[in-house]
Amino acid sequence: MTKRLVFLSFQVGVVKKSATNALRCVEKWMAPQKGRMPLVFFPARGAVVSEPLGVVLIFASWNFPISLALDPVIGAISAGNTIVLKLSDLAPKCSSFLVNTIPLYLDPEAIKVVEGGKEVAEQLLQLKWDKIFFTGSPQVGRLIMSAAAKHLTPVTLELGGKCPTIFDTLSNSSDLQVAVKRVAGGKWGSCNGQACIGIDYVLVETQFAPVLIELLKKYIKKFHGENLKTLKNLARIVNKHHFDRVHNLLKDPKVAAAVVYGGSVDEKNMAIEPTILLNPPLDADIMTEEIFGPLLPIITLNNIEESIQFINSRPKPLAIYAFTKNESLKEKILQETSSGSLTFNDAVIQFICDILPFGGVGQSGHGRYHGKYSFDTFSHEKAVLHRSFLIELEPRYPPWNDFKMEFVSLAYDYNYVGLILLLLGLRRIFRTNRRQ
Amino acid sequence: MGMVDAEAIVKELRETYSSGKTKKYEWRVSQLKALLKIAENHEKEIVDALYSDLSKPELESFIHEISMVKTSCKHALKGLKQWMKPEKAKATITSFPSSAEIVPEPLGVVLVISAWNYPFLLSLDPVIGAIAAGNAVVLKPSEIAPATSSVLAKLLGQYIDVTAIRVVEGAVPETTALLEQKWDKIFYTGNGKIGRIVLAAATKHLTPVVLELGGKSPVVVDSNINFKVAVRRIISGKWGCNNGQACVAPDYIITAKDNVPKLLDSMKHELEKFYGKDPLNSGDLSRIVNANHFRRLSNLLDDTKVIDKVVHGGQRDENNLKIAPTILLDVPHDSLIMKEEIFGPLLPIITVNKVEDSIHFINAREKPLAAYLFTSNKKLEEEFVMNISAGGLVINDVTLHVANSSLPFGGVGESGMGSYHGRFSFDTFSHKKAVLRRNFSGDAPQRYPPYTPGKARFLKALLNGDILGLIRALIGW
Repeated sequence: MTKRLVFLSFQVGVVKKSATNALRCVEKWMAPQKGRMPLVFFPARGAVVSEPLGVVLIFASWNFPISLALDPVIGAISAGNTIVLKLSDLAPKCSSFLVNTIPLYLDPEAIKVVEGGKEVAEQLLQLKWDKIFFTGSPQVGRLIMSAAAKHLTPVTLELGGKCPTIFDTLSNSSDLQVAVKRVAGGKWGSCNGQACIGIDYVLVETQFAPVLIELLKKYIKKFHGENLKTLKNLARIVNKHHFDRVHNLLKDPKVAAAVVYGGSVDEKNMAIEPTILLNPPLDADIMTEEIFGPLLPIITLNNIEESIQFINSRPKPLAIYAFTKNESLKEKILQETSSGSLTFNDAVIQFICDILPFGGVGQSGHGRYHGKYSFDTFSHEKAVLHRSFLIELEPRYPPWNDFKMEFVSLAYDYNYVGLILLLLGLRRIFRTNRRQ
Repeated sequence: MGMVDAEAIVKELRETYSSGKTKKYEWRVSQLKALLKIAENHEKEIVDALYSDLSKPELESFIHEISMVKTSCKHALKGLKQWMKPEKAKATITSFPSSAEIVPEPLGVVLVISAWNYPFLLSLDPVIGAIAAGNAVVLKPSEIAPATSSVLAKLLGQYIDVTAIRVVEGAVPETTALLEQKWDKIFYTGNGKIGRIVLAAATKHLTPVVLELGGKSPVVVDSNINFKVAVRRIISGKWGCNNGQACVAPDYIITAKDNVPKLLDSMKHELEKFYGKDPLNSGDLSRIVNANHFRRLSNLLDDTKVIDKVVHGGQRDENNLKIAPTILLDVPHDSLIMKEEIFGPLLPIITVNKVEDSIHFINAREKPLAAYLFTSNKKLEEEFVMNISAGGLVINDVTLHVANSSLPFGGVGESGMGSYHGRFSFDTFSHKKAVLRRNFSGDAPQRYPPYTPGKARFLKALLNGDILGLIRALIGW
C-alpha cells in the first residue's frame, strides 16, 4: 500500500526510538532485581532474574506494517529470544522489503522472516512456540489463542475494538479548534481510520453536536480535500475485501440516512470519502463492529455523563479518548470505565509514549508492550532464592511437637521477640495436640 | 448444578461488580479481614478437614496452609493502599506537555479453580489477590478434597460478602459449566492436561489465564556440601510436603556417581530420624489422596524397568492409602517414573559422570516449576542460575521461595504461565491502565496535513527525543 512521507516517518521514527531506547536500557533491564528477604529466612538472598522464553512467533499486522513488525521484534531480541516474524500478506510491498532487508542486518540464524497468508500462518501455529505475539483482529486472535492452548503457549494479543471518544462541550474557542483537529487526526490521520487505536465513534451532547459536526467538516476539507475527487493526505483502504466491508456498513438504509457529510465511494479506486454520520441505529453493524475505516458515527446523548454507561455496556475498548476540561468528569471516566488506555484531550498519541504500557483488556486483548514492557513481555521472570547451610531451623523437621508448632506460628508472624522468648524457655506453649 | 446456575451466578456477580462496590478500598479491606478471621478462628475445623482429605499432619496443615493464608491476608492488608495507587510515569518531550500514569483497576469477575493437595491455601491465596485487586470472584475448590471444599463453602458463606464472592462446589460437570461462562480472568492450579482444557475454554471469550501447573522439579546435589543439612531440607521438601504431592516438591535427584553412597546413607539415616523405623505408621506423613493416585503411583513402582531399582522403602498399605518414603537408584531415563510428574513419595536418583552434566539433563526436558541445587561451588551456582529455566530456583534449600511474598511464584513453558504471591497476586488480577493527560496548549501544527518534508523532519526529531533536531526542523534548517 502507498504511504505518505509522514506516515512512513512516523513508523520508522517509532522503530528507531524503540531500538534506541532498548539499546540504552537493555543492560539495566537484564540485571536481576533484588527481592527483600524477611529476617526469618536469614541468611538468604532473593532475586528475580529475567530470562528469555526461547523461540517466539510474532505476527505483524498490515496497517502499520513496519512498526507493528519491528517493534515487537525489538522486545523479543532485547529479551534474548530467537524469533520467527510472520508478515501480513495484505501489505506485500512492505512485507517484501522486510523479507529482503532484515537478513542483511540481523542474524539470520536467530531471526527468520516469513511471508505468506492464512495457510502459512496455520502451519506455523501447529508448532510449539515459547510465546506468540499477535497484532490483529479479535476473530483471528481467538484462532491464535486456540492453537497456543495445545502447547500451553502464553500469548500477547494486541487486538482492537471500538475506541470511543467522549467529546464534552468546550466553551473556549481555541480549545475547541485544537480538540476537533485532534479528533480528525485521530480518525482520518491514522491510516484513514484503519488503526486499532484510531477513533471509532464519538459521543457528544445533543445540543453540541452541530458545532462539532461543522468544525469536523471544516477540518476534513482543510486536511483531506473538498470531495472524493480531490482527496489527499489519506491512506487508502488496504484492499477490496476491506473496501467492500466498509462500504457495506453504509449500505444499510437506516445507516445511509444518518450520513451528514461524505458517504461517497469510488469503487474503481477503492476510495471512500471521510464520512460523518449522526445517530446511526445502535444495532447496525457500523455500531456493533469495529469500523476500521473512514466513517465516523456521532452518537448524541442528553448528558455527557451518560457516555460512561454507553461505553460500559459494550466490550472494553483498546483506548478511550475524552475531550473535556471538567476535572470531575475526568475522574468519573477514569474510575468507572475500563479500557487498554485512557487519554484526555488528545487521541492516538499515547502510542508513542514508551513509558506507558500499550495493550488491551477484555475483548481488546491481553498483555502489553512498548519500552520495558516489550522486554518483559518476552521474558520469564524467574524467582531465585539463595540460602546457605548456616543456621538450621530445627522446628522445620518432623517429628512434630507443640514446641515446633509454636515456633513456626511465631516465625510466620515475624514475631522475633516471641521467638526469642520461646527459645529461652520464657514463653508458654499455648497449643495442645488436637488430635487426641 | 448445571448451566443455568453458572450463568445466574456470573450475572449476579457482574451486577455487583458494576455497582462499583468491590472497587472500594474499604470493601476490599473488610473481605480480607473476613478471610483472616476464618483462618484465625476456625483452625480446628480446617485442620480436621485437611486430615480427612489427606491425613495431613497437623503441623503441615498449620505451616503450609493456615499460616500461609494468614500471612497472605496480612501482607495484602498492609500493602493494599500502596498497591492501589497510580504509578506516575515520566512523560517525555515526545508528548509534551502531558502527564502520564499507570492506574491499576480490577478486571471484573474472575474464576479461581483450586487444587486438591493444598486445598485450603490454593483456594484462598488466589482469592486474596483477586479481592485485593477489587474483583468479584467465584471459587471452585477441588472435589478431590471434599471435606475442605465443604468447609470453604460453609465458612466463606458465613463470613464473606456473598453478593461478590461465591464458592461453587462440584466436579467435572460444574467446572465445565463454569468454564463456559465469560470471565475476565481465570486462575487455575492443577495439571497440564486440564490446564489445556481451561486455556481452550478461555479462548472463546479471549479470557486471560494464569496456569499454575507442575512438572518434574529436579534437585542437583553436588559433593562438597553439608550433607546433613542438605538431606534434611530435601526430605522436608519431598515427604514433608504432603508426602511428595506438591507441585514444587523435589521430583528426582541428580548427582555424580561418586556422590551416591554418601548421599544415600545420609538420606536413610535422616528419614529414620524423621519418620521412625515404620514410616507407614508415622503420623507425620500425609497419605496418598485417593485410590486412583495410589494405583498410579503403584504402577510407577511396578514398572518392570524400575522394579529392581528400589534402594530404600517401597512398602505400601493399600487399605490406608499409604506408601512409605521410597528411593530408587538409576532408573532408566525412559521409564514412566522419569517421564511423568511423580506427585508422590517416590524419589529417583539419577547419576551422571560429573555434576555439571546435570544442567544438560534438565534442559533436555520440559521446563519445571522449580529446580534446586545444593552446592558450595559458586561457579556451578552461577551456571545453574543462568542456564536452567524454571518457574523458580532455590540454591541450598527447597520449596522455601513459595513462602516469600517478594518473589513471584509461577511456572514457564509446561509448568505454567503467570505468577502470584504478595504484590504479584494483586497485579495478576489487575489491569494496569495507561492514562495520558494532555491539555490544549502547545499543539504542534506539524501533526496535521498538509504533510511536508519539513513536518516530517520535525516529527522524526520529536519521536527521537532529539532536541537539536527539533530546533533545526522548527527554524527550517
